[in-house]
Amino acid sequence: MSTTSQDAHARRKRSDPRASRDERVPPWRRAASHPLAWPLATLALILLANASLNPALLTLQWRDGHLYGSLVDIVNRAAPLAIVAAGMTLVIATRGIDISVGAVVALSGAVAALMIGGQLVIVDGHPVHLSRVPMALALLGAVAVATLCGAWNGLLVARVGLQPIIATLILMVSGRGVAQLVTGGQIVTIYYEPYFVIGNGYFLGLPVAAWIAVAVYAALQVLLKKSALGLFIQAIGGNPRAARVAGVRARLITVCVYAFCGGCAGVAGLIVSSNVKSADGNNAGQLMELDAILAVTLGGTLLTGGRFTLAGSLVGALILQTLTSTIYAIGVPPEVNLVVKAAVVFTVMLLQSPEFRRQARALAFRRPPGTLR
Amino acid sequence: MSTVALPPVLRVPPVVASLGLVVAMVGFGSAMYTGFFSAQVFLNLLIDNAFLLIVATGMTFVILAGGIDLSVGSVVALTTMVSAALVEHRHWPPALVIPLVLAGGIAFGAFQGWLIQRFLLQPFIVTLAGMFLARGLCYLISIDSISITEPTFTRIAQARVELWSGAALSVGAIVALVAFGLAIFVAHGTAFGRDVYAVGGNAASAVLMGLPVGRTVVGVYALSGFCAALGGVVFTFYMLSGYGLHAIGLELDAIAAVVIGGTLLAGGIGLVAGTLSGVLVLGLIQTLITFDGTLSSWWTRIVIGALLFAFCLLQRLTQGRPQD
Repeated sequence: MSTTSQDAHARRKRSDPRASRDERVPPWRRAASHPLAWPLATLALILLANASLNPALLTLQWRDGHLYGSLVDIVNRAAPLAIVAAGMTLVIATRGIDISVGAVVALSGAVAALMIGGQLVIVDGHPVHLSRVPMALALLGAVAVATLCGAWNGLLVARVGLQPIIATLILMVSGRGVAQLVTGGQIVTIYYEPYFVIGNGYFLGLPVAAWIAVAVYAALQVLLKKSALGLFIQAIGGNPRAARVAGVRARLITVCVYAFCGGCAGVAGLIVSSNVKSADGNNAGQLMELDAILAVTLGGTLLTGGRFTLAGSLVGALILQTLTSTIYAIGVPPEVNLVVKAAVVFTVMLLQSPEFRRQARALAFRRPPGTLR
Repeated sequence: MSTVALPPVLRVPPVVASLGLVVAMVGFGSAMYTGFFSAQVFLNLLIDNAFLLIVATGMTFVILAGGIDLSVGSVVALTTMVSAALVEHRHWPPALVIPLVLAGGIAFGAFQGWLIQRFLLQPFIVTLAGMFLARGLCYLISIDSISITEPTFTRIAQARVELWSGAALSVGAIVALVAFGLAIFVAHGTAFGRDVYAVGGNAASAVLMGLPVGRTVVGVYALSGFCAALGGVVFTFYMLSGYGLHAIGLELDAIAAVVIGGTLLAGGIGLVAGTLSGVLVLGLIQTLITFDGTLSSWWTRIVIGALLFAFCLLQRLTQGRPQD
């Protein structure tokens, strides 16, 4: 329904939805103005560039009952980021931002590690690892703590009225401290086989982490499309006061959105800690908040709130992970990734800026002086 | 009833609270730990946090103008890296390298400001990209740490200026104090400073008043870039090495210092002078935890978070409810 184009032409069209857009606009133009067109094109371009450097990239193999290959690897590694980006999308849609997700990822991993622990005991002559509490309880506990963190952010934003970046800065700074407090400043190693399934296991031939991401996105999509929630979130992002006057329970929804974002970070934290079989309060989820914001932006959601695209954020997360894989494939130091990311951010934000597009258009179709408007 | 003209520092409640906090923490430390109340402990606060004071001063201007600069930590790292690489690998004289990196900082900041002002981009996302870029450029120079053995650098790094018997300041701390003094003058004694407050208070009104809003925005980010580079030079003296992992998260400390110093994040309200007490509070937390000896280092972060929360609440209470 929405287009990313911001020019007056398109705005006139949107204000009159029954305008003869079908007859006038050629199909390629309509496809190009679909919100997912640019993110998907970017992803395809990076994949192609990647495949030309490393033809093995696109090959998939079936081995030991799983699918193997670089593409599966990309999907697997992108899963935590994609899940965090899902929560971040909703927060950004309400005109907010959550920079504490990286710290919450670390905290959730730390809580899970603390609750599971993993103890070596000998049962019938076989060494068996036991968890301290039942695993389901530990997972629930970790995600609950993360959700509480998010709700705290939401309360600060919606009730206290702090700017979102500052409200979440508080938890970003102290969250890692709390995570280190939980782990005692150590990297806690987890010895409990069933826990490793989350980050390393396979289900129906595909990584479990990828399934979790798919489940989060599918559930969210259904929730947003089948209820008025998606509309309310857009309304809050478009104009919070107008939304409240119109009867949207803006504060409650804002708190819930931040809580959901925290919960997403919690799930991602489980995947990350399960993948490396340990919890590191200091380094887990480092820079994840920035990557998540980047993924959301790449997906075509504007940081100014209002319209958002969930599928776009998923594509954005895949773009970032593919970019990282490309960097590894080329053989340059992975740290150089930061320069590439910076270039991508600069390009995307300029393309998203209506002001830049207006000026670029003015430059491209320059009229003689004096005839402008 | 005639009102007594208070000095500007005492007219902003959060700044008063911040100064009170510094006094309370010094009092607490002196009462609890022997040897805490000495001139050198206090001067060490300045020596260890000189770079933070410089960076936070630049950040104060950005926040007063209603923006934010996330790139400062990375610019500090890039400055240490460029300085170390040029001095150690290329054997350039420090007298050439230092002005060069300072100019680089100004150019970096001005470029970000230009993007923000020219294309109406969000400061958050522009400086985020700047943060990635500067950090990445560090690694393009070298992945490893480059230690500096060049005699001029080591001599300046080890130099101590004795103030009175047994109490001395480092060159970096003196640079920080001078820069801080100049910044107070720029904020309150120049047209640029007035424009910064006006733009942060209400950019639309500033435009209508005919103030050079665009130039001010670019200038503020250029100033922050300069402060980050100067902080980087001081940090290079402090660490005597260049490394891409230097000063990670410094931007958060700088923002925290500005907030605890009483500057309103919405822009337009606050004092550059308050930032010194913000930096001192952060430094005192560290010092108190060191003196205590039983608390682990991560308590620093938790306490800073709690203080941030307290000061944000205080700001809300003194400024009333936001318009949402």
